Amino acid sequence: MTSPAPIAEQRETPRPDPAAVPALSIDSVSHAYGPRRALMDVSFNVQPASFTALLGLNGAGKSTLFSLITRLFGIQSGRVGIFGHDISKSPGEALRLLGVVFQPRTLDLDLSLTQNLLYHAALHGISRREARARAAELLGRIGLTERAGSKVRDLSGGQMRRLEIARALLHRPRLLLLDEPTVGLDVKARADIISHVRQLVSEQGIGVLWATHLFDEIMAGDDLVVLHQGKVLARGPMSRVVAEAGAQDVNSAFMRLTGAQTLPGDGA
Amino acid sequence: MREAPRGFSAAEYMICLTGIVWREGLRFLHQRERFVSALVRPLVWLFIFAAGFRQVLGISIIPPYETYILYEVFIAPGLMAMIQLFNGMQSSLSMVYDREMGNMRTLLVSPLPRGYLLFCKLLAGTAVSLLQVYAFLLIAWFWDITPPLSGYLTVLPALILSGLMLGSLGMLISSGIKQLENFAGVMNFVIFPMFFASSALYPLWRVQEGSPYLYYVCEANPFTHAVELIRFALYGQINWISLAVVATCTIVFMIGAILAYDPSRGLARRGPAGGEG
Repeated sequence: MTSPAPIAEQRETPRPDPAAVPALSIDSVSHAYGPRRALMDVSFNVQPASFTALLGLNGAGKSTLFSLITRLFGIQSGRVGIFGHDISKSPGEALRLLGVVFQPRTLDLDLSLTQNLLYHAALHGISRREARARAAELLGRIGLTERAGSKVRDLSGGQMRRLEIARALLHRPRLLLLDEPTVGLDVKARADIISHVRQLVSEQGIGVLWATHLFDEIMAGDDLVVLHQGKVLARGPMSRVVAEAGAQDVNSAFMRLTGAQTLPGDGA
Repeated sequence: MREAPRGFSAAEYMICLTGIVWREGLRFLHQRERFVSALVRPLVWLFIFAAGFRQVLGISIIPPYETYILYEVFIAPGLMAMIQLFNGMQSSLSMVYDREMGNMRTLLVSPLPRGYLLFCKLLAGTAVSLLQVYAFLLIAWFWDITPPLSGYLTVLPALILSGLMLGSLGMLISSGIKQLENFAGVMNFVIFPMFFASSALYPLWRVQEGSPYLYYVCEANPFTHAVELIRFALYGQINWISLAVVATCTIVFMIGAILAYDPSRGLARRGPAGGEG
């Protein structure tokens, strides 16, 4: 290979390498809003080409963690690295490798699908011609080619989410964060989005961090991080976490883990 | 595996800037009510206030004017600056507080430096104010406010600078002063005092006759200098003092605004939404 290989080509042959730098490394991260502590000494990794589920109830600290990883909040203590790039020290290099789907929708409703994608491409310094080609390709992949020129406002909730995922992939990141992406969607749309994201992991080797409070979105081969009241209660392959909790499935494992954290009589 | 940092090229910076301005323009075209209200405000001043006031206030020949002028002609530059004042405050407020938070998230995950992204945003807001100002000038032309044709071109750099100054001032104020989180507060404590204690509605020599203290306040008001910069530029002249004041204020306000900007403030106002409990 003498010609410079485009990123897309490299991605088609993911080689899981145990010694590789993690896609995302969270190292002893704590965060407080004034006196209220939202995250306490949180540590875990997301490997390339892996699906890591961040499981926690509302208020567990998932969104705070996402805001720290995306540099919206300054890091108070600890370290966040994306493929080895420290988000505080070299945010540009780190964010270049990161795609994000936030929980609240962040599309311009009055702009067309293509316009939304072109705007995002511009924010990453991608030229207009290249951006048009990538936008068309991604819209095809999510089955919205015919809607390219319509306003985002006219899309269904599931279509908007798919568009947001396409947008997050436009600059070809190698780590994708999704914050409760299926909230408010119907069963079909949920299933579509989950299978689409899992395909990105298996076919393109993208590392995925998927925050959720829905147990049925987690599968046996996934890595699992259980976050509760700002603390990591368990992490590792799902089967191991379930076994170590002495439970049958994720649901009961979660109840056991978090139940141990609540006062007697207060538990689930 | 860890790649060497490769930084960003000038082309990438340029693409980012044009993309942000392009989007702001598109959004503006979709918000007709915003455009209409931005135009109605100065036109009310021009058609009603100025018409009623022209008998009360005689204007002598002062630079840059070379003849006696109608009161309407005198206040036109002040109204142009007023358009930019409102636009700057409005767009900055929505950047700092929740209304545009979704968009700010999208913007801030761009890998380019945050200060640069905010600068682009301010420039995009200024571009929108230019559309408003030129639409106003077009209507004013039919009302006999007819500066030399070249003036429409020479006023452009002045408008860009004053737009940036007012936009960054808006951002600095809304980031720095917690109480000014809604538009009513900004109207009362920023827009009205700045507008009235300036040379927008009356020449400063008249103010000096009435109250020397108010004169000093007006002289110290950066908005006065934005108005004077625009007024002179509209007639192909440069008011150097105003240029120096506006340029200095722009730099100071912008650096302050970028340093003071804190996205967690807009997010915190969303309350429990977003899983923050």
